[in-house]
Amino acid sequence: MKQPVINVSGVDLTFQTNDGPIHALKDVNLEINKGDFVSFIGPSGCGKTTLLRCIAGLETPTGGDLTVNGLSPTEARKARSYGYVFQAAGLYPWRTIGGNVKLPLEIMGFSKAEQVERVRKVLELVDLEGFEKKYPWQLSGGMQQRASIARALAFDADILLMDEPFGALDEIVRDHLNEQVLKLWDRTEKTIAFVTHSIPEAVYLSTKIVVMSPRPGRITDIIDSPLPKERPLDIRDSPEFIEIAHRVRDGLRAGHEE
Amino acid sequence: MSGRHTLILRQSFLPVLTVAAVLLVVWYAAAIKMNATWTYDQAARAGTQPSFSEVVSDTMQQDRPLLPVPHQVASELWKTTVLKKITSKRSMIYQGTITLKTTLWGFALGIVVGVSMAAIIVLSRVGRLSLMPWAIISQTIPIVALAPMIVILSNAAGAGSLLVPKAIIAAYLSFFPVMVSMVKGLTSPDHMQLDLLRTYGAKKSAVFWKLRVPASMPYFFASLKVSVAAAFVGAVVGELSTSAISGLGARMLIGSQFGEPMIMWAALFAAAILAALLIFTVGAIEKILRRTMGGQPV
Repeated sequence: MKQPVINVSGVDLTFQTNDGPIHALKDVNLEINKGDFVSFIGPSGCGKTTLLRCIAGLETPTGGDLTVNGLSPTEARKARSYGYVFQAAGLYPWRTIGGNVKLPLEIMGFSKAEQVERVRKVLELVDLEGFEKKYPWQLSGGMQQRASIARALAFDADILLMDEPFGALDEIVRDHLNEQVLKLWDRTEKTIAFVTHSIPEAVYLSTKIVVMSPRPGRITDIIDSPLPKERPLDIRDSPEFIEIAHRVRDGLRAGHEE
Repeated sequence: MSGRHTLILRQSFLPVLTVAAVLLVVWYAAAIKMNATWTYDQAARAGTQPSFSEVVSDTMQQDRPLLPVPHQVASELWKTTVLKKITSKRSMIYQGTITLKTTLWGFALGIVVGVSMAAIIVLSRVGRLSLMPWAIISQTIPIVALAPMIVILSNAAGAGSLLVPKAIIAAYLSFFPVMVSMVKGLTSPDHMQLDLLRTYGAKKSAVFWKLRVPASMPYFFASLKVSVAAAFVGAVVGELSTSAISGLGARMLIGSQFGEPMIMWAALFAAAILAALLIFTVGAIEKILRRTMGGQPV
């Protein structure tokens, strides 16, 4: 049997706070295979971001097993197994767009020639050719977020972890970027884990939708999407799409009522 | 001239000029009032009755007035800057360069000490716990009390001239704003930015040079204007308290001790002009550096 890229089994995470312990994740089990596009959806406080951070090795679970490419998350982080896109673009204002995308390459010690080549390539991938010499403040919010995706792609890790990357953008920009992300996923064949709180976004993008609930943060439903890989924007009006969206909504509601 | 420029002129210069005009009037009035005592004394001794206009004109022409009037100070300043040879010890430019040299050495030393201390404080817990309290305590001790010790110690350590202790005194005042701003600047990156570098598996040194240092630059620049002013004050105080015989501070002291109010006031104004020039220069350098670092034009 083929080994999943990300394997989460029985993961628990309890934060100790001044107001007592908070059960952020409880008995989370999940397999993500190579080339999957997995969305985590749920209300705030359901632990979707925390789960992503656990996968990235930015938080350490207090129980259970978690492997990324067969390594522990910390080892995987040090082996630079994934690119991470945060909620805010977080570009360095003192670097140009090109300079920002180059940042991980500098830290990882790529050669100068390779840096230039890779920056060119990923900027093209996110449709930002010609903006290399611009500073972040000269770009719109959507373009900044695309630059931050380029930065995460620059060192060509197999896995892309995205934490509500389009949460702060308006609906129109978000639609456009969703389309682009799908194209990008198709071209690069990466494994993507994507946190969102938008049902249409989750259904539109994913091959697998993970529905989560709060207190304690847990998985209530895992939906394998029957939608084809080729997805024009108007697929969102198809009966299949609406049916999946319905199931996600039910899952969210069920989690809330328990 | 475009409308925008006239607007800027009206908005920024007019209030400044109004305040300056008010100050000048107050100054003239105070000078007439204070110096008139001496005029009346002289007149009483000579047995004459001066008219009001005679009194007023006399108060503006005394050699050693209690309070020289602005145009006397201006003419003294003109004499000691433009008319005097620069090599003359009576030239304010000659004295000013000495103060300037002390200021710049103190400023440079202050930046080095301030930045290094901030780096140690940010990078090590021990540094944070041990250095910060001492840095704060250092600023509560009046520099005038420390000055004689600094002179004696630096002489004992073999510093040939007064420049070394004076520069140390200037640095003592100027390192603090740099240090405080740099600590703030180096710790300014938020969690997300630090996490981003963690996802690259970046070492502590990479976090420092690629993130903390560039992020601290706006804080650094902001502190320079305060710091150069502090270094200048330190340089003048250094000249006053090390019994130096040259520099603008020494001229002020000489002016007051030998009853030469004109020298004292001219030195004071020379110092004010020099300080303004320093702050202006640092501000201009800051603007240029900001732009080369991709700053958004304000």
